[in-house]
Amino acid sequence: MTREIAVIAFAQTDHRRTSDELSEVEMLMPVLHEVLDRTGLQTADIGFTCSGSSDYLAGRAFSFTLALDGVGAWPPISESHVETDGAWALYEAWTKLLTGEADTALVYAYGKSSPGSVRDVLTRQLDPYYVAPLWPDSVALAALQAQALIDAGETDEPALAAVAARSRAAGQDNPHAQLRGSVPHGDYLVRPLRTGDCPPVGDGAAAVILAAGERARALCARPAWIRGIDHRIEAHSLGVRDLTDSPSTRLAAERAGAFDRPVDTAELHAPFTAQEIVLRKALRLDDTVCVNPSGGPLAANPVMAAGLIRIGEAAARVHRGASDRALAHATSGPCLQQNLVAVLEGDPR
Amino acid sequence: MPEVLKAPLVLEFPFTRSLGPVQSAFLTGLRERVVLGVRTSDARTLVPPVEYDPVTAEELRDLVEVAPTGTVTTWAWNHAPRRGQPLDTPFAWALVRLDGADTALLHALDAPGPDTVRTGMRVRIRWAEERTGAITDIACFEPYDGAAPRLTGHDGHFDNAVTGIVAPARLDYTYSPGRAQSAYIDALAGHRTVGERCPACRKVYVPPRGACPTCGVATAEQVEVGPRGTVTTFCIVNIKAKNLDIEVPYVYAHIALDGADLALHGRIGGIPYDRVRMGLRVEPVWTEGARYPDHYRPTGEPDAQYETYKELL
Repeated sequence: MTREIAVIAFAQTDHRRTSDELSEVEMLMPVLHEVLDRTGLQTADIGFTCSGSSDYLAGRAFSFTLALDGVGAWPPISESHVETDGAWALYEAWTKLLTGEADTALVYAYGKSSPGSVRDVLTRQLDPYYVAPLWPDSVALAALQAQALIDAGETDEPALAAVAARSRAAGQDNPHAQLRGSVPHGDYLVRPLRTGDCPPVGDGAAAVILAAGERARALCARPAWIRGIDHRIEAHSLGVRDLTDSPSTRLAAERAGAFDRPVDTAELHAPFTAQEIVLRKALRLDDTVCVNPSGGPLAANPVMAAGLIRIGEAAARVHRGASDRALAHATSGPCLQQNLVAVLEGDPR
Repeated sequence: MPEVLKAPLVLEFPFTRSLGPVQSAFLTGLRERVVLGVRTSDARTLVPPVEYDPVTAEELRDLVEVAPTGTVTTWAWNHAPRRGQPLDTPFAWALVRLDGADTALLHALDAPGPDTVRTGMRVRIRWAEERTGAITDIACFEPYDGAAPRLTGHDGHFDNAVTGIVAPARLDYTYSPGRAQSAYIDALAGHRTVGERCPACRKVYVPPRGACPTCGVATAEQVEVGPRGTVTTFCIVNIKAKNLDIEVPYVYAHIALDGADLALHGRIGGIPYDRVRMGLRVEPVWTEGARYPDHYRPTGEPDAQYETYKELL
C-alpha cells in the first residue's frame, strides 16, 4: 500500500423504532453536519462522496438522490452510491483515496425500516428463481443457521441468550442505541431464535470521513489508520454453504492483515446472536478481545448503516485512545453471505 | 406544525424472468414431478442445480435425476407463516439434501409441531396439485419413513420446456413524507402553495424537501408562493398515457410560481395547445375536493419578460 488512509471522524443518529416525522434527508442531514463539524471541513473541501442505502427499505424510489440534497452537491461533486451497506461505500471511497484522486472522502449510509416490513423486504435480495418465490424472511434464514450451529454442538440457546444480554448491557453506555440494558429474551420468533436473539428494527443514519496521510494527521488528533480492508462473498445458494462457518470472513480478515497481530477490540456486524458465534470462530477472537463494546447490531441495527457503524465505532475507540488496534466487520445478504473486514490502528502513544 | 401525514403504499410488480438451460430443465422437471440436479467436474451433484459451478465458475450442463426423498440438514420452526410462504399453517423451514444430491434445497416442511422435527429426519416432496414449472410446484416436504422410490431415469430433456417464470412481488409500506413535505401537502389542502426558504442562499424551494440541495442545510422558513406563475418551458404531449383521462395533445409545463426559485410542473389548460408559450402567465385551477391543482390556465396578463424568469429555466 502506497498511501496511508484513516477514518478521522464518525457520527450517527439516535436509532429509533420509527422516525415518521422525518424524510430520509431530514434524518440524515444532521449527521452529515456533525461529522463535517468534527473535522472543520465543509462539503466543498471533500474530494469524494459515497453512500450506501436501499430504496426497497422505505419503498421510496431514488431516495438516495433525494438524500444528496443534504450534502449540498453544488457545484457538482464527485459522488457515488452503492445499493448495500455503507461499509461497502467506505471500501469504494478507500480505493478512490488510494488512487490519489482525492485526499478526503465523506461516506454515509441510512436506512428507514419503519415504513415497511424489513423481514419481507429482505426476501427480495434472494435468488429469484428458487428461493424468493417462497418468501423466506430474514429471521427464518438466520434461524436455519442457528439450528445448524446448535446441531453441530457449537452453541446452545442459553449461550445465544448470553450474547444478547452482553450486547444490550454494553448498549447501556451507547446513547445512540435503540435496545439497552435488560431486555427480556422473549418468545420464539422463528425457533430456535427468540425475539432477544434478533436485532431491533429501526431507523438511523451514520457518516464517517476518511483522509489520507498528512491531511488525516492535520484534521484528527489520533487518526484510525486503515491497515487493511477486504471483502469476500460466498455462493448465493444456502444449501451449498456450510452455515456453521464463514470462510469469506476468514479470507477477508487474512487479506486485511487481521491475523498478523492480535486486536484489542472487534465490532462485529452480527445482527443475530448465532452469527456472533460464527464470526468469533472465523476471526479467531478469544476472550481477551472486547467484542461490540457499542452493543453492536443487537442494540441498534439500522439496515444499510449498521455495517458502516461498526467501522465508525471501532474508529471512534481508536480516536479516543480506548483502542490501539481494532477490527471492524460488516455483512450483507442472508446468513453472513458477504463479509467485509477492516483493521484500524492508532499511532503509538 | 401539522401532524405527520401517513398513507398506505403498496409496491406490486410481476418480474418476468427468462431461464438458462439448467434452470429450465429443473423447473420443467418439477412440473413433471422429476427432480434434476447438475453434476460438477468433481462429481458432486448440486440440487437445486445452477448454471455455473459455485466453486470453479465452470459451466455446468450435465443433468442427473435425484430422488424426491431426502434428509433434513437444518430446520427452523415457523409458528406464524407470512404472506407468500408455502403453507399458511405453522411449518418448519428446512434445508433438505435429496437422495443422490450433495447440496440442500430450501423449502417448507409440513409437520405437526416442532417436537416432531429434527435434523436428520427423512422427508419426501409433496407435489402441488397444479404445476407450472416453478419452485412452488413443490408444495412442501412431508415426513416420510419409506424407501426411496425408483427413479424415472429421466435425461433432462422435455417437450414444452418452460423458458421463463413470472414472479409476482408485493411489498406493503406506510409512507410518511417527512416534515417539509407534510407541511407542503397540508397547505395544499387549503389551496395554498407553501415553499421553504434556504437560510444560506435565500432561495425558496417548491415543493420543499427539507434541505437546500445547493447548500446542504435545512430549510424551515415557510413562504407562501403563487398562486400565479410563469411558464418557463413546456412540451406537447401527443401520446395518451394509460389510465389518464386527458385528451391529447396537451401541454405539460414548468411553472415558476411567483416568489418561488424553483419551477414545478403541471398541465396547462384553457388555451389551445399550440398557443402555449414561454412567459405565459398562469394560475391554478382547483376541482372540487382535489388535493392539488388539476391544471393551470392563462390569467390574461401580459407575458412575463424573459429576463424575469431566465434563471428559473
